[in-house]
Amino acid sequence: MRVILHSDCNGFFASVECLYNPDIRQKPVAVCGDAEARHGIILAKNEIAKKYKVQTGEAIWQAKQKCPELVVAKAHYDRYLRFSKMAGRIYADYSDMIEPFGLDESWIDITANVDNFDDGYRIAEEIRQRVKYELGITVSIGVSFNKIFAKLGSDYKKPDAVTVITPENYKEIVYPLPAECLLGVGKATKKALHTLGIYTIGDIAKASRELLHSHLGKFGDSLHTFAKGYDSSPVKPLGYERIPKSIGNSTTPSRDMKNTEDAKIVLGVLCDSVCRRAREQHLRAKTVSINIRDKDLFIINRQEKLNRSTNINQEITAVAMKLLRENYSFSKPVRSIGVTLSDFVPDTYSEQTSLFVDEHKRERLMELDKSVDVLKKRFGSFCVRPANMLSDKVLSGFSPKEENIVHPVGYFT
Amino acid sequence: MKQYVSVTARFDCDGNLLPIAIHWKDGRSFEIDRVLDIRYAASMKAGGAGIRYSCRIAGQKRYLFLEDNRWFVDSREAVCT
Repeated sequence: MRVILHSDCNGFFASVECLYNPDIRQKPVAVCGDAEARHGIILAKNEIAKKYKVQTGEAIWQAKQKCPELVVAKAHYDRYLRFSKMAGRIYADYSDMIEPFGLDESWIDITANVDNFDDGYRIAEEIRQRVKYELGITVSIGVSFNKIFAKLGSDYKKPDAVTVITPENYKEIVYPLPAECLLGVGKATKKALHTLGIYTIGDIAKASRELLHSHLGKFGDSLHTFAKGYDSSPVKPLGYERIPKSIGNSTTPSRDMKNTEDAKIVLGVLCDSVCRRAREQHLRAKTVSINIRDKDLFIINRQEKLNRSTNINQEITAVAMKLLRENYSFSKPVRSIGVTLSDFVPDTYSEQTSLFVDEHKRERLMELDKSVDVLKKRFGSFCVRPANMLSDKVLSGFSPKEENIVHPVGYFT
Repeated sequence: MKQYVSVTARFDCDGNLLPIAIHWKDGRSFEIDRVLDIRYAASMKAGGAGIRYSCRIAGQKRYLFLEDNRWFVDSREAVCT
């Protein structure tokens, strides 16, 4: 029987800000993006703000309507990264099987260190106390025999608590919980389950696999497995990196882009970032997509499949610009824009060369990118730039490569 | 209140870092008689977290924190008062 912990830092960003500002600890606090740079949405909130039903993702003015005395704290990502690493350092004292899920959550497999769930509880308690003492923030920890129930455990009682879900007690704890507590059940699945008369996790476990499969497909099988406690997915060892399915960056500059020239500057920076990230991972992409959001928040996505895989800046930027020109007329200014590469092959992959492409030039471009990568690594992203970036420093003055944070991918990918 | 301070510290040949003296902004310096304990800890009073050095200064126990590469004390209980 495995013993797996899931540790979740409670209101992570908000807890860190409250630690740094003793004066706001007793007030409702929400951490927000920079409103002046037009990133003003709620990223996290503390327990007091939660009582006012302030929600992650809503605009600051919406949150202030619910809670006029809300203290809006600016986000400090460097701090959160540091605290995330410090929490990881504590976990690493107990196991080398640590799988982070975002900055504030981790699964820790401690099977090799314990004999039973009592030991598991003891270690979880120790971690909870150490995080509180050493980091000044609280965690809630779930202890169980699979990753799904461990995560349920960390959500079950918070903040600053430990919940143990064993093969003996899981039916009492897990089965009465609403179906949407199960990892992967969102609004759409919840609705589909309700039409089947399934409201709790217990209902899912008791339903027949065939019924779930017929309505939800393969995902129905997974849900049934999760609810029964049969999930056997392993906790990935420390340092494990999954091969990405896509690499993308997007940005909302501090002013709208009014024409193709403006967008070219921003796309240039974004393409440079995604290409560098792809090269770093030794990948070449076969699909380029862009997404455009106009000032009324209307979104369009367009993509193009390439004949040849590439990670050359010039080629990717050209495709992105072509997609933009063909699909957007700038009838309205653009608020935000993004570029994503996908459909990867390793950069050692051999492809048929073309008679109609100057292969010699391509090789020179690849060498050029490699050289510039080395320069940028040593001297920062701004050391070598195309001349058009200098025409508008407001639009080009950001570095998505350095500021990029890889967010957790879905559990099922 | 969180008060960043300059500190004279020494690396010994094993790579351990030990603070020797704290220098206050107004020019006063305080020698650390002895470091009693070193551990990771948060300072709820000052607001921060890092490596906490429990120091004996002029017969009294004070906490000195190393957060990333800056030293701080909680000035309500600091040596200047």
